[in-house]
Amino acid sequence: MNTNLLKNAIKTTLPVMAGYIVLGIGFGILLEVNGYGVWWSLAMSVFVYAGAMQYVGVALITSGASLISVALTTLMVNARHLFYGITMIDRYKGAGWKKLLLMHTLTDESYSLICSNKAPENSEPHQYYLLISLCDMLYWVIGCVLGSLIGSAITFDLTGIDFSMTALYVIIFVEQWLTTDDHRPALIGLGASVLCLLIFGPKNFLIPAMFLIIILLTAMRKRLENWRPYND
Amino acid sequence: MINDTQTIAIIAVMALVTFALRVLPFLIFSDRKTPPYIVFLGQYLPSAIMGMLVIYCLKGVTFVAAPHGIPEAIAVLLVIILHVWKRNTLLSIISGTASYMLLLRFIG
Repeated sequence: MNTNLLKNAIKTTLPVMAGYIVLGIGFGILLEVNGYGVWWSLAMSVFVYAGAMQYVGVALITSGASLISVALTTLMVNARHLFYGITMIDRYKGAGWKKLLLMHTLTDESYSLICSNKAPENSEPHQYYLLISLCDMLYWVIGCVLGSLIGSAITFDLTGIDFSMTALYVIIFVEQWLTTDDHRPALIGLGASVLCLLIFGPKNFLIPAMFLIIILLTAMRKRLENWRPYND
Repeated sequence: MINDTQTIAIIAVMALVTFALRVLPFLIFSDRKTPPYIVFLGQYLPSAIMGMLVIYCLKGVTFVAAPHGIPEAIAVLLVIILHVWKRNTLLSIISGTASYMLLLRFIG
């Protein structure tokens, strides 16, 4: 194990740490309040490992939902992961045994970090991606378990701390904006999402937004690929 | 309350469907050479998806009722300005989140 690479991965994932631990604690508390202790929290954070879905999962469990509706709900809430996979096909090629873990740990946040951070020189990229993914997962699991164990003891008001996730995406967006010349993909992402949010509402906009983004990018493919910032 | 076996079944279904969604794209394109169209998507999707995730985080903001999205607007603006200026991820996140939490308490 390369300690420098691990240090680099920890530094890269620090922005996710606060958000994951706090959101994880929130999940642990929610589960605890509904009568499910720390082992349930641990199992869900390790095997499901999907933030929003775990919150929805508590509702599914407490209402005793049918397995069909559990499957359909999961499909809807997590469909976005399909698109993360598409982006990572080339990057994760040849990762061997690491690939299974890399795929399982592909959350919104790990995806964002891996997209926006190049592996350090002289390092094995797949190892770097895996360290980032596992650090993120560790923060999340720690948060969920903490929430179950000490949740009821937290008395200070943490409302709004989940903004750290929003801030992380804004920063990655800004960083991509500053480092690329062609801003059309970023604008398509923003525009299509706002449009679908207005049409379909906050609960249902994500999937239509993804399709619209894919359609627009595909329609513009020639122009995007032929684009040159300067006439050279 | 349902019994433990039912709970385990629900968690297993959630885990399996989530894993399937994460694995499916890799299964489809495992052995073959990645088609140029997928390579194209891999190049151009991330910046679009980042824009989408920003909107996804802000989807619950209402402009018609108090506080009219003002805390979010100020905090996001602060993060952008601070980040363009200093390019320090941690600084931007901590300042943005702290000011958002304060804003919520003062004008929320």
